Amino acid sequence: MTTTAPAPTAPKPVEPGAAPPVPERQSLSRWIPAAAVVAVWIIVWTLTKGNDTLALPGTARTDLHDRLTEFQNDLLAGRATNPVMQFTNSIADALRGAVEWLQKMVVLPSFPRPVPEIGWLGVTALATYVGLVVANWRIALLVLGSFLSFGVFGYWQDSLDLLIITGISVVIAVVIGLPLGVLIGTNKRANAIVTPVLDFMQTMPTFVYLLPIVLFFGIGPSAAVVSTLIYALPPLIRIAGFGIREVSTTTIEATDSAGQTYWQRLVKVQIPMARKTIIVGLNQTTLAALSMATLAAFVNGPGLGKPVLAGLRINDVGTAFVPGALIVVMAIMLDRTTTAASERAEKVARGGGGNVRVRRAMIIGGAVVALVCIYLSRTYVSLAEFPTYTIGDKVASGVSDGVDWFTDTFGGATEWIKDLITNQFLNRTQALLADSPWWLSFIAIAALAFVFGGVRALVSTIVCLAGMWYFDLWNDAMKTLNMTLVATVLVMILALVFGVWMARDRRVDLGIRPLLDAGQTIPPFVYLIPVLALFGPSRFTAITAGIVYAAPAAIKLVADGVKAVSPTTIEAGRSTGQTTWQEITKVQLPMAKGSLVLATNQGLLYVLAMTVIGGLVGAGALGYDVVYGFSRSEAWGKGLAAGITIVLLGVMLDRITRAAADVRRDDGPTTRRAFNIRLPIGPPR
Amino acid sequence: MRTARTRGARLGAVAAIATLVLSACGGGSIDDQTEANEDAAGDAGGECGDLNMAVNPWVGYEASAYVVGEVAKAELGCTVNYKELKEDVSWQGFGTGEVDVVIEDWGHPDLEKKFFAEEGDGTATDFGPQGNVGIIGWFVPPWLAEEHPDILDWENLNKYASEFATSESGGKGQFLGADPSYVQFDESIVSNLDLDFQVVFSGSEAASIEAFRKAEENKEWVIGYWYEPQYFNAEVAMQRVALPPYTEGCQDDPATVACDYPETELKKIVGTEWSESDSTAVALVQNFTWTNEDQNVVAGYIAADGMSPEEAAQKWIDENGDKVDAWLQ
Repeated sequence: MTTTAPAPTAPKPVEPGAAPPVPERQSLSRWIPAAAVVAVWIIVWTLTKGNDTLALPGTARTDLHDRLTEFQNDLLAGRATNPVMQFTNSIADALRGAVEWLQKMVVLPSFPRPVPEIGWLGVTALATYVGLVVANWRIALLVLGSFLSFGVFGYWQDSLDLLIITGISVVIAVVIGLPLGVLIGTNKRANAIVTPVLDFMQTMPTFVYLLPIVLFFGIGPSAAVVSTLIYALPPLIRIAGFGIREVSTTTIEATDSAGQTYWQRLVKVQIPMARKTIIVGLNQTTLAALSMATLAAFVNGPGLGKPVLAGLRINDVGTAFVPGALIVVMAIMLDRTTTAASERAEKVARGGGGNVRVRRAMIIGGAVVALVCIYLSRTYVSLAEFPTYTIGDKVASGVSDGVDWFTDTFGGATEWIKDLITNQFLNRTQALLADSPWWLSFIAIAALAFVFGGVRALVSTIVCLAGMWYFDLWNDAMKTLNMTLVATVLVMILALVFGVWMARDRRVDLGIRPLLDAGQTIPPFVYLIPVLALFGPSRFTAITAGIVYAAPAAIKLVADGVKAVSPTTIEAGRSTGQTTWQEITKVQLPMAKGSLVLATNQGLLYVLAMTVIGGLVGAGALGYDVVYGFSRSEAWGKGLAAGITIVLLGVMLDRITRAAADVRRDDGPTTRRAFNIRLPIGPPR
Repeated sequence: MRTARTRGARLGAVAAIATLVLSACGGGSIDDQTEANEDAAGDAGGECGDLNMAVNPWVGYEASAYVVGEVAKAELGCTVNYKELKEDVSWQGFGTGEVDVVIEDWGHPDLEKKFFAEEGDGTATDFGPQGNVGIIGWFVPPWLAEEHPDILDWENLNKYASEFATSESGGKGQFLGADPSYVQFDESIVSNLDLDFQVVFSGSEAASIEAFRKAEENKEWVIGYWYEPQYFNAEVAMQRVALPPYTEGCQDDPATVACDYPETELKKIVGTEWSESDSTAVALVQNFTWTNEDQNVVAGYIAADGMSPEEAAQKWIDENGDKVDAWLQ
């Protein structure tokens, strides 16, 4: 929005030998009025608690919710004659046709052949060859290993199905997203209109729009592609727009002076110069698409999400773990391949790219091998159908046994932790937020927003709170807000401990990063089962799931922020003989304050994104409302209201933290990160 | 040039060796099977075609769906598409032909109103009972029923409410509610019978099972929404708490419910268009009927023994040839 505002800076370089910076007085003093607000809140609360809380039982609905349901019912009743639906249905047919055609090419029997057109050997060889051509031989090996693991662990078909769905979604995302990215990159007004829509698309829980999608696009592959597209499109648009905006004005002015047209400028200057950033957007879009795999399975979308859900249904963590881990493998493969491809493209564009002759020989040789493999896989059944191995089952039962042992051994201790945190922490703050009369929480939250973020945060907060009140789910919203805040506090504790540790020791960083990547990529449904076994259906289970999902992002941000603190400053401190503890608390953390606030912001939004998952494991509140609305169509309106309330909560928390940090709204792929953009996975920079 | 030639020669040699090795270990020729398939396709007279079977998300349903599906596949040559969907999405699919059969319906007045011919668009048809009798109610684990037999009457529940309290239930007793898609009135029952309980929703069948299993093992106090047919009852025989008996119409207004759940005859619901087609699977689905015990056996194979649904169904089919034959008459 305010693209002209100065960029939030990484800590300013400090002169060698300068004294450690004094903590900023202004930010410290904010806590005093905040404490006063909370104190007044508690006093009024003791007098009024339990009145006007606007609590609504889990399966009850209001007139407003029923009116919203009517909207869906009207759509359903008119589906035979609705021209929009006839149009979308024909799109759905095309999508289904494309998916089926690809499936017959590589994974399903293509009648009358008993096997697909290209068997596993051919597919693997072809994919490896693509890796070789777009990147290098290391990537080719990675692709080869990944494809073999899909088959060896027994999920060849589901893996390729997921690749097909992801591939089609990403292609469509590029077709739609690139022009839109160019538009918001070159037109400020378009940017102001499109950005909130993108926020909405990324924060609205998928369960809310799954039923309408089924109505417009049918069940199965078409619904999977469309729901994936809705979630995966925003990063590409945002980052492409950002890349184009960031092309240096001097370059544009210089080329403009040669008298170029708008199109010449766009095609010859802006897009080529933003190419690297655009590919980062593509990479993010691909990973976002993969993360929709399990949700698409709720409407029979093909892919690895189906076996994950099957594991959830029979409560068997091993069954869910193997396909979940393969999703991680696929994410790493796609991430590394797109990254390496962009680096290679960059090199070639700059005239590098290695010995042309060697490369040409490699490409031709690889093509011959791939063609031979394809031919063989079209001829022999054993090269067309992936042979069956038992290793996947062994891993699954090993994981199940391990988790069983863990829950049996530590079940008592975890119960104790759960009760401690729930009773001492969660229940107390919930009593304040949710048992206050609605007007009291309203005023108190608005006051806190003003204290931390000033007038702009106050205005956004009042608008959002009014919206929440309007949608009749005030009490549930307060409960969800409470869980989100508590989980974020725990996330930030983890982020500070591990972030600082990683920043101070590169070996720790190298060791922990893959775990963080996996935590970001593995479908939450996989770790839901063991967490459920440990803590039972409860809010704490939901919070734990939220922490697993949000902590990696926050830890990475803190680690990178602390690492960016100038070494000369640290050296200066050391020369005055400060202890390690002083160095961390007096130098590194204060100087990385921007990163800490950003980590909090991202932590809040990531935790909030898990609200619906929490609703599946006994957390109640808005998450349950969304799941309930998806499960029973007579309550769809309530689910929609809950979804909108979640969006409002997200916007409110985002605006307050942003204003608190005085961070401009941004959408760059750098550490100044966009609303809800996934952090890149990969080794430390 | 020389390098390229040797490279090519090497590749050719590798390919030749690979071909020899592979043909020696008998991969089987795809061409032969393709021809066989073409011949078979010529002989078959389009009888069954596609059967789109909805698979709703609980294991008992999965058992019914896969037994019918596997019979249709093996005996009638149908192409069976199992579609994993929730109930409401499944019913939406009748009209578009994406779903043909819902094999276990627990009663959805709201959906019936939208999709049955009487009031709705007529895309769905009631195909009669499928033999299972659904029993919904409030259940406690067996150890509790043994040590405190009087707990099986709702009037004594308040006496024990504090024992059921957890960190989730805000000082009251915790009642474990069900998956959101199930028919449930527990919040109304609790408030209309003045019970000192708080409903906490478990979220899924799997979560409830986990809670009940743990409760029985560690003698914990748990009460919750539960049902039969249900394979888990063979492992832990959950005991039902008597609520005020069900009378006709006592659950019509969700806000005033203060009675127990009725016994439900589980039904088959099918797409109207499909039911009027000449697919041979229509008769199979019409004839299909089995008992709660049958379903529990198959569901146990899936969930307790870890078989795939196809294997589990096939095992039961092999063991119960007479019942299967009756469906195919």
